[in-house]
Order: sequence, then C-alpha cells, then structure tokens
Amino acid sequence: MAEHTNISTAARQNWMGLLARAPEGDLMALWARYEAQPGFEWLRNPEVGGVMVRGRTGGTGAPFNLGEMTVTRCSLVLEDGTVGHSYVQGRSKSKAEAAALIDALMQTSAAEAVRDQVIAPLKEQMLTEKTDRAAKAAATKVEFFTMVRGED
Amino acid sequence: MYVAVKGGEKAIGNAHAWLAEERRGPTDIAELSLAQIREQLGLAVNRVMAEGSLYDPDLAALAIKQARGDLIEAIFLIRAYRTTLPRFGYSSPVETGEMACDRRISATFKDAPGGQVLGPTFDYTHRLLDFKLAAEGEVPTAPAGQPRTEATPHITEFLKGEDIIQDEPASDDTPGDLTREPMEFPSTRPLRLQSLTRGDEGFVLGMAYSTQRGYARNHAFVGELRIGKVAVEMDIPELGFAIDIGEVELTECETVNQFKGSKTEPPQFTRGYGLVFGQSERKSIAMALVDRALRWEELGEDNLGAPAQDEEFVLSHADNIQATGFLEHIKLPHYVDFQSELELVRKLRREAEERITLKEAAE
Repeated sequence: MAEHTNISTAARQNWMGLLARAPEGDLMALWARYEAQPGFEWLRNPEVGGVMVRGRTGGTGAPFNLGEMTVTRCSLVLEDGTVGHSYVQGRSKSKAEAAALIDALMQTSAAEAVRDQVIAPLKEQMLTEKTDRAAKAAATKVEFFTMVRGED
Repeated sequence: MYVAVKGGEKAIGNAHAWLAEERRGPTDIAELSLAQIREQLGLAVNRVMAEGSLYDPDLAALAIKQARGDLIEAIFLIRAYRTTLPRFGYSSPVETGEMACDRRISATFKDAPGGQVLGPTFDYTHRLLDFKLAAEGEVPTAPAGQPRTEATPHITEFLKGEDIIQDEPASDDTPGDLTREPMEFPSTRPLRLQSLTRGDEGFVLGMAYSTQRGYARNHAFVGELRIGKVAVEMDIPELGFAIDIGEVELTECETVNQFKGSKTEPPQFTRGYGLVFGQSERKSIAMALVDRALRWEELGEDNLGAPAQDEEFVLSHADNIQATGFLEHIKLPHYVDFQSELELVRKLRREAEERITLKEAAE
C-alpha cells in the first residue's frame, strides 16, 4: 500500500473541489506537462451523468430543486494500490481521468511534485481569473445619492 | 387522437438533408463554432440552460446551432438529452450569500453594505443600434477597480433585526422533484419554484406583468438582484464527505413586497424569490413576482381570482416544451381523424338539407 500520510479530509476536499471546478483546458495543459503518467486500473470507468442542483427559497429557507448540471465521475487504482476518485463538472472523460489520477497521486509520495506542478499553478490561474472579474465588477460600483429636495 | 401513417421516408430524408443545408447557409460565409456561440451569444446559452434545466454551456451552444437559433427547439433538444443522463444525486443547497458577484443591485436600499455593483448590464445603454458592431474591431479592455474578496451579504439580512420583513427559516426538508413525480395540485412552494425556474421566460414575464398591472397587485420592489458564480457541493458516498463538483452562474432576485397584514400575519414586508441558471435577469425578477403572487394562501391574502394567483393555471402552462409539444402536434398527419370528422359534417349537412326539403314540401 502507498503511504497514506495523515491526509486531512479538508485537504482532499480542497484539491478535489479545485479539480472539479477547473476549466478543462487549463487542467489538461498542466497535467500533460507532469513528469510521469502513472499506470492504473479502472475501478469505475468514466461515466457522464447529471446532478440535481438545489437552491433555498429566499436564499436561506427550504431547499428546492433548481435544475441539473452535467458531471463526469470515475474511480481508479494505481499500481501501488492507492485509490483515486473524481467528480468533475462537464462531460469530459479525459478530465475525469486526470482528476482521479491526481487525487490518487496526492495521497502518495508524489504529492509534493503534483502539488507544485499541477495543483498550485491551477489554483493560481483560477484565482487570477476570479480576481480579474471581481476587479471589473468593482469598477462598476456606484454611489447613488438622493437629490436634496427644496424644503427641509 | 391520431393514427400512425406509413410512407414518406424518402421525402423526410430529403427534408432533413435540406434542413442541414439551410442550417449551414452559404458556404462562402464562415461556419459558426460552438465556442463562438457559447462566448458571444451567452445570454441565449443561458436561457437554453435555464429552461432546458441542464447547466452545460457547451451542450446549450450545440443545441442552439442545431436548432438554427430557435431557442425553444434548442431547449427541447436539451430536455431530451437530459433524460438520457443517469442521476448521480442531489447537491447541497447552493449558498447564494457566498456568490462571487459580477452584479449586485438593490432598488430599495441605496447604501446596501457591499455596494451597488452594476456589472455588465444593458440597463443604462440607450438602446440605439451600435453600427460599430457591424464592423470588426478591437474592444477596449474594461477598467478594473479594487477587487472585493469577501462575500457580499444578502440585503434582507440587514432588515431581519427589525423583524419588519418576513423570515425564510432554513430547513432540511427534502423537496419534491417534478422530474421524478408528476405535478399535483395543490402544490408546494419548492415545487412551484422548480417549475417557474425552468418555465418559459415569456410566459413567466407575462404573468408577472399581469400582477404589476393590477391582477393580484402585490407592490413589488427589487430588494436585491445578484448575478455571479457559486460552488455546487455534493455528498459523495464512496468518500464519506462532501466535495465541490463544479460551479454555476446564477441570477438571484429577492423582491420586497408591501403587505398590510392579514388575518394570520402582522403588517410587514413579504418576499418573492427568483433563482435562475445563468445571467437571466428578466426571468429571475419575473419568477420572484409570480412566486409572491402564488403565496396568497400561505399569507392569508384574498383570492382575487387573478390568473397569477392560480397555481394550477400558472404551473400547467409555464413549460414551453409541454406547450409546444401539444401545440405543434396538430400539424402532424391527422388524416384518419379528419376523415371521420369530414364524414360526420357531411352527414349532418345531408340531414339538415333533408329537413329543409321536407319542410318546404309540407308548406
């Protein structure tokens, strides 16, 4: 078995969530540059499906079903026995495969290399894009003021 | 009732070939790519996702291309595709209070904490055709400001302390799902919201407008409108914990409605709610108005007999795929039905003529 060195749930949630949300092009470009593509076997072949997204009435109240989104999932096992899972947005089986491999590698001694070469730059790119939008939004912030009326 | 007809395969095949050719148009004009539709006709893509009830911009762009820009046909394609997808599960309710807002405005509170952020809006454009767009050209980069990093709180949160606006207490009730069980009446608010968010924009808009014009008027103001991305989280059984499975762009509208009180409720502001996939502002506001009108019974208001108060009427006619399916089927071959109708009318006509002849003979 691979070394499962005290991986916290929060840490795994973080990278799995990042991989799920990542634009396919950005993830695949970084993953293609990763040094070694590990051997693996499928536990569950990539499968495209839907998830019903829920909202809450009034933003805070009772849940309701808003509509579905496409999701692709798969599970695999590395040669050393480490299991990787992925649930990623969209219909790309190759993105799901890359995400599951990265999830598995992040639980092995390769974690640092994968973090440096894939996770960290991916996170950076996504943050830059988010910050750029927030900056454009900030430039459209207005201060309305009520005109002073005649009598006071 | 209609009876199947046979034949016509060759004509149908040729019609499809011609359809494909017309879809493509003259080949000396560049073909549209899905990326162009997705990125440059984004609001059409959003409408197809909202009413198709499936968030996938690439698929919506494909559907728009295939449907030659007929959005209801595109929505039909998405609904049909959706039924082929295995359902992996249900997400946790999205936290719209955590939204990364591109736009966030309030028509009621000018000093809303977090500010009034216009975003990429048509609101203050002059609605004059811009002929510069007819020519190719570079678009200048939009100015940037100091990006906000913290979440923007909902405006209604600030009124809660005063107890002057109706609360929306959280619950973990499992909502009904109209993609799994047919709609029954009386319905519930969660089912109404599911039905309205995928309902036809034009229909929901018309219903909302009717309330503004006086059919069950409920004095709505846009308390808050926000557009932006939220993460979608789901429990993953094989992991034993929840992870983000993606993010979606949403438009959320909360109306604040004047309410004089009723037999059961004190005078206060009440709320209507709209939440729609994508940047779908008109739809979201309309949804909130109709939601509020449909809450008359829960708030102890009078039933004024207005169409927008009648949930069976509203929800049974909001879905444009059901509507267009039933409407458009009457153009398909009905020869056998019509043949029998023809026979009937001829018989009635003959009998009427015989009666006249007999009457004349008697005179």
